[in-house]
Amino acid sequence: MAALRARASAWWAGSILGRHLLVALLGLVVVVVVLESSSDFRNLQLASMAYLGIAAGGLTVLTGLNGQISLGHGALMAIGAYTTALLLDDREASTPLPLVVLAAVVVTLLVGIAVGAAAARLHGPYLAGATLALAVAVPGIALYFKEQLGGEQGLRVVLPDIPAWVLDLAFFVTGQDLTRSRYVAYLAWVTLVITFVLLANLSRSRVGRRWRAVRDDEVAAELAGVHLGRARVSAFVVSAAAAGAAGAMMAVTVRLAAPSGFTLTLSLTLLSAVVLGGLGSLAGALIGAALLTFLPQVVTDLGVDAGLSDIRAAELAPLVYGVVMVLVILLAPAGIVGTVRTALVKRRLRRSAVAQTGGAATTDPTSPATPATDPATDPATTTSKGSTT
Amino acid sequence: MQQLLNTALGGLTLGMVYAAFALALVLIWRSTRVVNFAQAPMAMVTTFVALVIVDAGHSYWLAFAAALASGLVLGAVIERVVVRPVEGGPEINAVILTLGLFIVLHALAAVIFGNRYRSFPAPFGVRGIEVGGTTIALTGFGIFTILAVLVTMGLLLLLFQRTDIGLRMRASAFNPEVARLLGVRVGRMLTLGWALASVVGSLAGLLIAGGSLVHPGYMDSVVVYGFVAAVLGGLDSPFGAVVGGLLLGLALSFVSGYVGSQLVALAALVILMLVLVLRPGGLFAQTAARRV
Repeated sequence: MAALRARASAWWAGSILGRHLLVALLGLVVVVVVLESSSDFRNLQLASMAYLGIAAGGLTVLTGLNGQISLGHGALMAIGAYTTALLLDDREASTPLPLVVLAAVVVTLLVGIAVGAAAARLHGPYLAGATLALAVAVPGIALYFKEQLGGEQGLRVVLPDIPAWVLDLAFFVTGQDLTRSRYVAYLAWVTLVITFVLLANLSRSRVGRRWRAVRDDEVAAELAGVHLGRARVSAFVVSAAAAGAAGAMMAVTVRLAAPSGFTLTLSLTLLSAVVLGGLGSLAGALIGAALLTFLPQVVTDLGVDAGLSDIRAAELAPLVYGVVMVLVILLAPAGIVGTVRTALVKRRLRRSAVAQTGGAATTDPTSPATPATDPATDPATTTSKGSTT
Repeated sequence: MQQLLNTALGGLTLGMVYAAFALALVLIWRSTRVVNFAQAPMAMVTTFVALVIVDAGHSYWLAFAAALASGLVLGAVIERVVVRPVEGGPEINAVILTLGLFIVLHALAAVIFGNRYRSFPAPFGVRGIEVGGTTIALTGFGIFTILAVLVTMGLLLLLFQRTDIGLRMRASAFNPEVARLLGVRVGRMLTLGWALASVVGSLAGLLIAGGSLVHPGYMDSVVVYGFVAAVLGGLDSPFGAVVGGLLLGLALSFVSGYVGSQLVALAALVILMLVLVLRPGGLFAQTAARRV
């Protein structure tokens, strides 16, 4: 029994891919349970949480692991969404949905390479500025090419019929008929799980270590043979690809791709979600996405109760994001996940120090390598286990 | 021919405003190594202050002065209260902070002043001047814009080159440690720098707003153009920012006049990418500067 447990913990420590897949599987089970037990309206809300989560996941990898900022993830989502809308323009559209998503990812990836190659290889605020320009420029493209991109009204997205095998499978697993909004929610969450497994694995691989090396010390990274520009551009391109997938899912969920959906505010609130959850943490990105989805309703209701008009009350949600973002940076730069994790580790250290007075605390292999005061540090991946070969 | 002239004149006027805004960004970048993306909503808030005063029946010039004064106070308060704690820390924190401020000011303005478009007055005519029977696109307000920016630049130049306090500000920006050892109150100089930059930003906001419509997001694209102009000039050079602003104003005016106004922001993005690929140090970089 003890040997079995030892082997299990050795596998847990050794196989990163296995661990991620196991977590993903558990996550899928939770998704099925939650989606099956909630209403159609909640399903759509959860679908929008999923696409915001995908985009925030991409952004958190860029900002947390590579120390760069993108203010254009909303615009990159727009590129994914418009690609999807162009491919799914009528019911006879025969392109299978996975291919559509893949196409959206590839197109966004190409835009990411163009912008990233110009801006991300430089040190400093250039990527932030260039992506800000992207966020302001993209809605104008849709307005200029009215014939192809639908102008102000945007493009409608026609969701293809649910494949028969999906209907059969859903009925077999849950015993209920699959509604369209639940189908959309499943699509979005499965995409989220796949994206997160890919991102988590990538950030624990050689590529991810290079990104972190460039973030922490450029000179040391370059001396160690890391090409700074290449590391920065690749981090941005991966992040952009995630935003493309998010855009595709947004188009499928909202069934519309219109300029008003991709304002600068979207890009900025995505960033605030990432900061709030904790930079570099995928779990934090998910928490941030949940807040973006569910907080506005609560805050707006509070505002209306307090006597504000509907339009003004709707602005309270961004106000809360902004204030929280400033406070997080000033008071708890590690975000929710980072702060909680540091507190937990500290408590465990104190306990083990009490239990066995002596060096036990300092030899704990899970003690964080860096203090949580460095906001860009990712507490999830900088534990000493991270360097397991 | 007439369209060419009018587009060029419109570009010159706009370019002056972009130059002022780029100058505000460069002033802050030089002293604190932060690109203050919140400059746009800061200018927007001060313009709304002016609008409230005008709507209350007071004169344009009182509102103009009040907006600049509130810009001065806003810049100083923001630097002292919010930005000071993250100075010297990781760069990314300062950037995230200015973006948080961006969202806060935006949302606050929408809650307090409302989210609709409101017209902003201009002190001079906004109709073109007639020269020899044809109307050219240079308006009275356009002339005022150009003069106001030129005067501001002249005053800043005098301040930095000819006064003791300007010398201290340059010293604090150039090397804070040594300046502090020599007895300069570096903290105060940084606050003053932010306050001055915020005044210049407010001026740009008032000039963009004059005779046109304002709403909480009306400056958002201007911060992009200001940034592109600053990068054109090398991000570190006030002179470069002014030249970059004028060039960008002309270029964007031609895009707007001959291609379509919806693509102006895209043109700015393309110009930015070209500069970053071909001359990352700005148009006037002597050598390929590279900071690690």
